[in-house]
Amino acid sequence: MSGFFKTILDMLPSVLMIVSPILIAAVGGMISEKSGVVNIALEGLMGIGAFAAAATHVLLESQTGLSIPIALLIATVAGMAFALIHAFASITLRADQVVSGTGINLLSLGITVFLCQIIFHQERTEPFRLGMLPGWGGIYPTAWIALVVLILAWYFLYKRPVGLRLRACGEHPQAAASAGINVVKIRYMAVLISGALAGLAGASLVLTQTIQYTVYTINGAGFIALAAVSFGRWLPKGILGSSMLFGTSVALAIYMVNIPSLRVLPSEFFSVMPYIITLVTLVIFSGKDYAPRAAGQPFDKGRS
Amino acid sequence: MSARSSVSLQDRILDKFTSSDALVSVVVVILGFLVGTILVAVVGRDPGGMYSAITQVLTGWDLRRGVWNARYIGEWLVVSMPLILCGLSMAFAARTGLFNIGAEGQYIVGLTAAQFVALYGPPIPVLHWVLAVLAALLAGAVWGGIVGILKAKYSVSEVVATIMLNYVAFFSSRFLTMLIPGANTYRTPNFPTTALLDSPFLQGLTNGSRLNDGLWLTLLSVLFFWVVIGRTRLGFSLRATGLNKEAARYAGINVNSGITTAMAISGAFAALAGAIVALGAFTYGRVLGGQDGYGFNGIAVALVGNSTAWGTALSGLLFGMLTSAQPLMQSRQIPKEITSIIMGLVVVFISLRGGVRMLLEWRMKELARKGRVSE
Repeated sequence: MSGFFKTILDMLPSVLMIVSPILIAAVGGMISEKSGVVNIALEGLMGIGAFAAAATHVLLESQTGLSIPIALLIATVAGMAFALIHAFASITLRADQVVSGTGINLLSLGITVFLCQIIFHQERTEPFRLGMLPGWGGIYPTAWIALVVLILAWYFLYKRPVGLRLRACGEHPQAAASAGINVVKIRYMAVLISGALAGLAGASLVLTQTIQYTVYTINGAGFIALAAVSFGRWLPKGILGSSMLFGTSVALAIYMVNIPSLRVLPSEFFSVMPYIITLVTLVIFSGKDYAPRAAGQPFDKGRS
Repeated sequence: MSARSSVSLQDRILDKFTSSDALVSVVVVILGFLVGTILVAVVGRDPGGMYSAITQVLTGWDLRRGVWNARYIGEWLVVSMPLILCGLSMAFAARTGLFNIGAEGQYIVGLTAAQFVALYGPPIPVLHWVLAVLAALLAGAVWGGIVGILKAKYSVSEVVATIMLNYVAFFSSRFLTMLIPGANTYRTPNFPTTALLDSPFLQGLTNGSRLNDGLWLTLLSVLFFWVVIGRTRLGFSLRATGLNKEAARYAGINVNSGITTAMAISGAFAALAGAIVALGAFTYGRVLGGQDGYGFNGIAVALVGNSTAWGTALSGLLFGMLTSAQPLMQSRQIPKEITSIIMGLVVVFISLRGGVRMLLEWRMKELARKGRVSE
């Protein structure tokens, strides 16, 4: 049994490596939903970020030592740029938020591989020689980035006036508007932040877990982040917990071959856990409404 | 009427645009192709290649070599069938006011059920594949129905529930299929030929393409959709629920059971797509390595088809054309992903449609302020 715990402990850096992008993207999703805009485009935006980071890093790797920070920055900006489409459609034009999110998810798969074909003449980016290096204790810097992102999100959402305004926009936008809050501006800000964080999350994923961007790089991580937002009940500490749980489950699916007592279970068992847990909790807590009340509804000044 | 006539031509065009769904779809598709064409040109490839690939898919003519081969037409229909069915799945739910993003999962469930019956069912001609298709329909109806119950009883958002169930379906399908004796990590043993949807007639017609009897099942499904939605009591109450849930409830319609029924039928459509792909395009069971994507593309198909039966059939053919042109484009040095970009753009443009309406309202207000429209 002690061998079991030792393996789990040895797995910790890997678990954190997998948790970090999920957590970063989930924080973005939470901010967006708290302002009243559902962002099911997280998956697609992570793909954009992962591609942007991988491509930048491959191209700059041999020229500058700062290639990784630059890649992270470009991924963040790219994620934000694509989120602008979602913001424009769902906020300014009051389009169905699920439709424009789906559009971005479809677009992301096409555009990233298209650009790979143009830049690298193949359906994936060139592999980079060296990704992000783990720091102290074998823990990747992305874990610290995720922690900082989470704390900043908590601080701004709950300790600053702007957070209060943002949450008001997601609960009752008409009331917020009558109190003088610019709902459109706040929602734009929230969606752009969620895009930036999804881009950063995609970059964190590709630079730590793999050596190139392919169409399978994200493989549902964005949807897991979306599930983590629901399961975490739209709260920072909840999202930390749900991301840890889901990340561990994903890690177990990959590393279970090293744990004899778990080898009896199929790896699909762990892969499927996050989704089943989310469904079951949504049913159990269905009576109480934790979701921001106006999430998913376009803001219409005239409505009461 | 005099006020109306003073409204400029431009406004009348905009007015027409917002009142006709079919026109919007046409414009949106043209816009998608336009941006796609520009993109191909910008990256220095020849957009002509894109259109010659599409022509080859549609007519079988290879313009570059002047050769005609009907197989391309057959393959186009093969790809279109699951797209149409997944589109119908999305559309049926949409008419009831639900956003079924779970066609992908329902497709997987149907595919898996069909594969199991194909391997273990009685190898009696016709009966074998009929049973496989029925098993798929049942599995899809259950998978969709779960979402309906979660939505109706526990008010769990169908968007979140279906995304979760997509992955549950995917991983369960992998796990279950790998349990089959003789299966490895990517395929099972061959199906008995009695399970296949092969049609020598259609194959002969299309020079040996994979076109199969799934074509008739797809046609039947379009008809079923058209009749049920437009011409039955059930369809009427579902549409009423979709238009205004509270009003429907007040009119005595059982909204909750309606939601479950709609999701079950919606799931069955997508599952049929899975069965047709499993029994028509393959001769063995697949251990899915990734999602086939028919379900997600079905969302775009239904949006362009305005969730009507024939509109969805047409837009399924359109997206099928793009998908089956992919390898031909690649051979003409055009990245095949341009087709996914066009599909994505079309969906994004559809979501921007509200903008045109707002522009129209704004112009009307402007005109009213200038006193040119009396109202």
